[in-house]
Amino acid sequence: MIISEQKPFEEILGFLEGEEKVFIVGCELCATLCQTGGEEQVKEMEAKLEEAGKTVTGWIILNPACHILEAKRGFREKKEAVNSADSLLVMTCGTGVQSAMEASNKLVHPALNTVFLGAIKRFGQYEERCSLCGECLLDIMGGICPITRCSKGLLNGPCGGSQDGKCEVDPSIPCAWQSIIERLTKLGQLDRLEKIVAPKKWKDSLIAGLPVRR
Amino acid sequence: MSKLSEALQSGKFVVTGEIGPPKGVAIQEMLESAELLKGKVVAANVTDQQSAVMRLGSLAACHLLKEKGLEPVFQMTCRDRNRIAIQSDLLSAYALGIENVLCLTGDYVTLGDHPQAKPVFDLDSVSLLEAAVQLQQGKDLAEKELQGSPRFFLGATVTPGASPLEPQIIKMEKKVKAGAQFFQTQAVYEPEKFEEFMQAVKYLDVPVMAGIILLKSAGMARFMNKNVAGVHVPDSLIEEMEKAEKKGEKSIEIAARLIRELKGFCHGVHIMALGWEKKVPPVLDAAGL
Repeated sequence: MIISEQKPFEEILGFLEGEEKVFIVGCELCATLCQTGGEEQVKEMEAKLEEAGKTVTGWIILNPACHILEAKRGFREKKEAVNSADSLLVMTCGTGVQSAMEASNKLVHPALNTVFLGAIKRFGQYEERCSLCGECLLDIMGGICPITRCSKGLLNGPCGGSQDGKCEVDPSIPCAWQSIIERLTKLGQLDRLEKIVAPKKWKDSLIAGLPVRR
Repeated sequence: MSKLSEALQSGKFVVTGEIGPPKGVAIQEMLESAELLKGKVVAANVTDQQSAVMRLGSLAACHLLKEKGLEPVFQMTCRDRNRIAIQSDLLSAYALGIENVLCLTGDYVTLGDHPQAKPVFDLDSVSLLEAAVQLQQGKDLAEKELQGSPRFFLGATVTPGASPLEPQIIKMEKKVKAGAQFFQTQAVYEPEKFEEFMQAVKYLDVPVMAGIILLKSAGMARFMNKNVAGVHVPDSLIEEMEKAEKKGEKSIEIAARLIRELKGFCHGVHIMALGWEKKVPPVLDAAGL
């Protein structure tokens, strides 16, 4: 799931400076699950904005926001409210914001910061597990991704900073390589680590921000 | 051939030192430390933005040391440069007559004074060693032929005090496979544990130099115990430092004692004086080297 966090309200007000009317967009998927852009949060934002002197012309929870045709359909349903607004405040991940922009052609403001692709450990607790690297090597890593879960993204770990199974960067972070070794040992597959893993092919990876993948 | 390589091959007990470049361009103190170490150590490491704190570069400092007649060990980390820059710096090092290269992964960015910098880690210590070996064989990582190949004496690090130890040994084996020809360890303060470590890695058949960090105070020892992975200063040594009136002398005494105790099961020592380079010659004297 894409994990997002709400931007500080002052920052959002800053975006809306000089504007009067705003239409709010939320998303039924990830933003709802992590409680940053679901119906409840959209209604809260509506109340806050009105209190701050803005006029909310309306709102919609798209299912999902990142689906451009779905966004177009949704905006058509709320045509008047969308058209009369100065801008859209989009309470979704960055992809949803851009999809809303493309679907409406209106000025858009992001209400959230998109932070990582996470697993849900329990309600309200998320952990980054995948970096969308495009070259999955979980097979030789016992199902634990070092690119994501090792602070240094090492392919041949651990580093000398691994102490009692914790990462030198922050003792609350488990050393991914310690975890990988333990897991492979349990599986009787420790020999998978004998082979030296070659440097990553960053051109084929999304996370390096290189050529946009389609 | 590098003096360090020759010395380790000869079977003599080898001593290396370490120099940290300044945060700036005032190199006088660094050059004075070099003078103090010259003739006492076979070679001196120059750290590469140690602890991710931005400093004068290892490459330039190694060149300055070499000009002064002290053989350098070029420490190179993977934190700040991608594979293009790394290979280039390796070629540059060789062009400046630098042969000894210590290949490290590098401390993470947030440990230093530029925590918002983008960490690179395009290579790690293992692939860095492989890259250096490939350059020696006349090709770069893109399999392109080089106009002139460098020749290095490649080293790596290991943490004998790591807990648990097995992952370190797995990694050390990979480093040897990748081309590491010598090792310098993280600081050792427990000779018995170190002996066990050396027994465990005997099969790798590679020269290992035990790391010695001069203790400056009991506080420093406690700090390292808390913050530096794999370093453990036992309570007995902390007490000795605390009780000592003359910390400097006690520091020399402890270091010399450690060296005497470790000497029997390693190929040399790597002394990290952390600014106390003046004390290195008396340590060596007291250790009987």
